Amino acid sequence: MKTLHVEIVTPDGPILTEDYEMVSVTATSGELGILPNHIPLVAPLAISVVRLKNGNDTKHVAVTGGFVEMSHNELTILATAAETEEDIDVRRAQRAKERAEKRLQSQQDTVDFHRAELALKRALNRLDIS
Amino acid sequence: MASLREIKNRIDSTSNTKQITKAMEMVSTSKMNKAQQNTRSFLPYSKKIKEVVAHIAGGSQNHTHPMLMHREVKKTGYLIITSDRGLAGAYNGHILRKLTQIINERHTTADEYAVIALGQIGYEYCRKRNIPVIKSVLGLQDQPSYKDTQELVTETVDMYANEEIDELNVIYNHYVSAISQEVTVDQLLPIEHIEEAETTTSGLYEYEPSEEALLDKLLPQYAESLIYGALLDGKASEHAARMTAMRTATDNANELIDDLTLSYNRARQAEITQEITEIIGGVAALE
Repeated sequence: MKTLHVEIVTPDGPILTEDYEMVSVTATSGELGILPNHIPLVAPLAISVVRLKNGNDTKHVAVTGGFVEMSHNELTILATAAETEEDIDVRRAQRAKERAEKRLQSQQDTVDFHRAELALKRALNRLDIS
Repeated sequence: MASLREIKNRIDSTSNTKQITKAMEMVSTSKMNKAQQNTRSFLPYSKKIKEVVAHIAGGSQNHTHPMLMHREVKKTGYLIITSDRGLAGAYNGHILRKLTQIINERHTTADEYAVIALGQIGYEYCRKRNIPVIKSVLGLQDQPSYKDTQELVTETVDMYANEEIDELNVIYNHYVSAISQEVTVDQLLPIEHIEEAETTTSGLYEYEPSEEALLDKLLPQYAESLIYGALLDGKASEHAARMTAMRTATDNANELIDDLTLSYNRARQAEITQEITEIIGGVAALE
């Protein structure tokens, strides 16, 4: 099977560098499946889960936005934060979710509302795969 | 000459100080190493994002994105990266002097600039001198993770996007080596000088959904990464500066202790000699 090289990088360091047969990401415009030797591509990502497939194994990585870049059969995901299934602190994500929900109910201010909404999205995204 | 006990007391207090400075030096050394490591792990991210931005901004025909465009500068923002605590040698002094110098050179009224102060010392300095501070972050950890700085970084970029400031400069100490740091002033926004990194991509990218939508997301993230990079660099310099300052203090304490020990021994010797002379004098008088 052909593979493509995948790198997930965050400001706090690389999260993952491995070869996979297929990667599926959720861009802001919709889901994208990327196979080896895809043409050069750049797309912004939604707060979502990246799925990395090798045979029947699927690895999940939660990313908080950022973007994906593909060139020379190398896929790079640049996100401000990314966590693999094992790294996610479920309790923390749970707490963050509750906090965000509470704020959403009480806040009317649009800026804070928007922020709380994003925080809730991130928390749910993490909880989703763990 | 000071009495024996006085000298002894001074030696004791100096060695106490020495112990503290020595400990602080070691703490700073380990923090500096950690900060360097942080900078290293940030490198792949900053390199890649720069490459992509350079490629897209360089290839695009119309640079109409507000972050790439110069607009009339009504207010300049200065982000100063200082430490929360002192005892770091000239680390803060250099930055604040540079800030004052730039303000004096470029601006005539206080409406033309605003400071975003990072660190207690920078904040206090601006407040005392009536320099307008639009945002301050105090008590940032020694090893800031991206998440810790997110609020500062995003708000700063937002200020530019909302036209509260029309230009953003950062003043920080660039880490050259453990013993040398250099005051650096960088213009972060609008984004300039994106060196065309040797692009590894042949041909053009396919943009999904569109180039404009991509730049809208990419450029703020790039600007944020620049600020975070300067911050990590500044932190590494802070620890290095503190380490050097503490090493100098320890060396000085050692020198002082040596001098004092010498005078202590001399005083003791003088006392003994005097006693002997007195005894001999007494014996001579008896004979």
